[in-house]
Amino acid sequence: MTALGMPVVPPRGSGNLRGLEKFPDAARQELANPQLRRNIGKATHTIRAKRLNVTGELPDWEQLRDAGAAVKTDVLNRLPELLVQLEEAVTARGGVVHWAADAAEANAIVTDLIRKTGSDEVIKVKSMATQEIGLNEHLEEQGIAAYETDLAELIVQLGHDKPSHILVPAIHRNRAEIREIFLREMPDVDPDLDDNPRHLAAAARKFLRHKFMTVPVAVSGANFGIAETGTLAVVESEGNGRMCLTLPQTLITVMGIEKLLPTFRDLEVFLQLLPRSSTGERMNPYTSMWTGVTPGDGPQEFHLVLLDNGRTAALADEIGREALHCIRCSACLNVCPVYERTGGHAYGSTYPGPIGAVLSPQLAGMDEPHDPNASLPFASSLCGACYDACPVKIDIPSLLVELRHQKVEHARFGPEAAAMKAASLAMSSSRRWTAAQKAAGLGRVLAGKKGRITNLPGPLAGWTDARDMPAPPKQTFRQWWASDEGRAALAKAREEGQQR
Amino acid sequence: MSSRDAILGRIRSAQTLAPPTPVEVPRDYRLGRTLPDAERRELLVDRLVDYKAHVHESTPEDLHVVLAKILTARGVRRVGIPEGLDRSWLAEFGGEVVVDSIDRPAADLGDLDGVVTASAVTCAETGTIFLDGSPDQGRRALTLVPDLHVCVVAMSDVEVGVPEALARLVPERPITMISGPSATSDIELERVEGVHGPRTLEVVMIG
Repeated sequence: MTALGMPVVPPRGSGNLRGLEKFPDAARQELANPQLRRNIGKATHTIRAKRLNVTGELPDWEQLRDAGAAVKTDVLNRLPELLVQLEEAVTARGGVVHWAADAAEANAIVTDLIRKTGSDEVIKVKSMATQEIGLNEHLEEQGIAAYETDLAELIVQLGHDKPSHILVPAIHRNRAEIREIFLREMPDVDPDLDDNPRHLAAAARKFLRHKFMTVPVAVSGANFGIAETGTLAVVESEGNGRMCLTLPQTLITVMGIEKLLPTFRDLEVFLQLLPRSSTGERMNPYTSMWTGVTPGDGPQEFHLVLLDNGRTAALADEIGREALHCIRCSACLNVCPVYERTGGHAYGSTYPGPIGAVLSPQLAGMDEPHDPNASLPFASSLCGACYDACPVKIDIPSLLVELRHQKVEHARFGPEAAAMKAASLAMSSSRRWTAAQKAAGLGRVLAGKKGRITNLPGPLAGWTDARDMPAPPKQTFRQWWASDEGRAALAKAREEGQQR
Repeated sequence: MSSRDAILGRIRSAQTLAPPTPVEVPRDYRLGRTLPDAERRELLVDRLVDYKAHVHESTPEDLHVVLAKILTARGVRRVGIPEGLDRSWLAEFGGEVVVDSIDRPAADLGDLDGVVTASAVTCAETGTIFLDGSPDQGRRALTLVPDLHVCVVAMSDVEVGVPEALARLVPERPITMISGPSATSDIELERVEGVHGPRTLEVVMIG
């Protein structure tokens, strides 16, 4: 609220939520990488099949999805009271709660907390929230070394690279590349290391074990935060999460404010939905839950940083806020025909795939037509597979359509709106439409041999900002109808009809 | 204005601009399921084996014999146990038994060849064992740092599904859910068992 009590739309978030170029441009580069396409294709198809197996064996899967969706709606409905309840519960159990309005504030809070421990190293559990705020980059600037401990995140970090998938961030790398990265970047690595995944994992175990035992501070995200009890939960597979959440003296957890669940009981829904949707397992190997500080067990200092960074801006959109239900399972990525071909880098943001295409523009905004985020709502064929796969039933196609609408609204006086207006005028009269279609045939000149128009000239440029346009056909349907070929086809059809 | 007040104010602004739609949470998924002992056992064994855990069955009377056999077969000479574990469980074991205490540095736990603990509750349908830091399970580091975890599961603590298992927990205790040994599929999606936690999980079912 402002001082006068009038509600204003909350500010957008910052950090790693926007790429440098528009989706079609970024996608074109990614599509030219056959290794990436092969790896992503294999990963998405494998996980997809596993997910269908384990969701199919639960007769109440749909009821669980309904419950999950309703719990998440309830969370957003009661967000202020639940956040305060969480704060009270965590504080009562010896934790300290911090509130971060944006990425910069969250980074500053975490940096300050690490400094106070006297350490210039931290170990990290894979976390989307800290990737979103660019924590590692910030810590590096501040002279603090952050070690990613998830194997894939370690591969990405050592390769000075970016994650390409929410669940398996290094899926764009093959074993030979990973071996090379380890040999080049991992201290004290065995020079005879081969590219057997088992041996590569063992090299990571050896490298990280020393860090787990000696680094006194860990930074994690959270999959769930329980308002009622102050309990935080992290689900994982490798045990690096358990190490980070158990061994250091100080634990700092960064959690988006939408990750709340009202009660401990709600986990009975989400601990069924998440692993089956995410890795296609009945349960992930390890889940850790902790509530504040437990004397004699685990970190004796616990800080929880609650992150807004554009989430309240998304909440102000009646339709778009459904994207805040997301539990980051990545099922929508694995079923998306667009993601399957482009991979995650093309989306530019920490959040790729269908959910990223609705989440990134909402968290970080798409306020001018040339914003890369304004191209994301068009990075979809609207096939609806993501909606079917989503464990909390986020209607991603409808959200994409709404964001497309908003993008056009934002660009109301821009080129796309002018193009739409021209189309509307042309379509309102049959004479004008025929003339326009004939003129469009000239578009083949623009398309050239590739049969695709990537940059329309002048006022029409708005249309191709976010998409390619196929070249118009040689002749319109009306022209074909009136041609010898059209007449002959019609006569043949008539003849066949009479024979029956 | 503090960021706390700012964020709470932003949420209220957002909710004024886009008012919430009240919702009832439908809980018509399966709850309160039960199965006879034999079926629960069969389901759990199936899931544990699927996760590549090693499964043994024992009577409470023979437990010390079964445990000694497992430890010996694994070449264990020093085994760690939590303070509250029934010492008679290790009566047959010939090696050194180290009782954990909180002033032992976690790094020292790496010197143990393995650890034996009890468990709080187990979910048969997902093959998940829950530890809650009770005296017979110990602090979390104890079941994390050594490379072998031998975990005893009593059939009376085995529930059918996730809701039934969670209902038996005290949320405020430190809880670790274990479904097989640690694993990664991060390299070309090829599954590798045993990354950071104990690389071997032996489960002994009793009762």
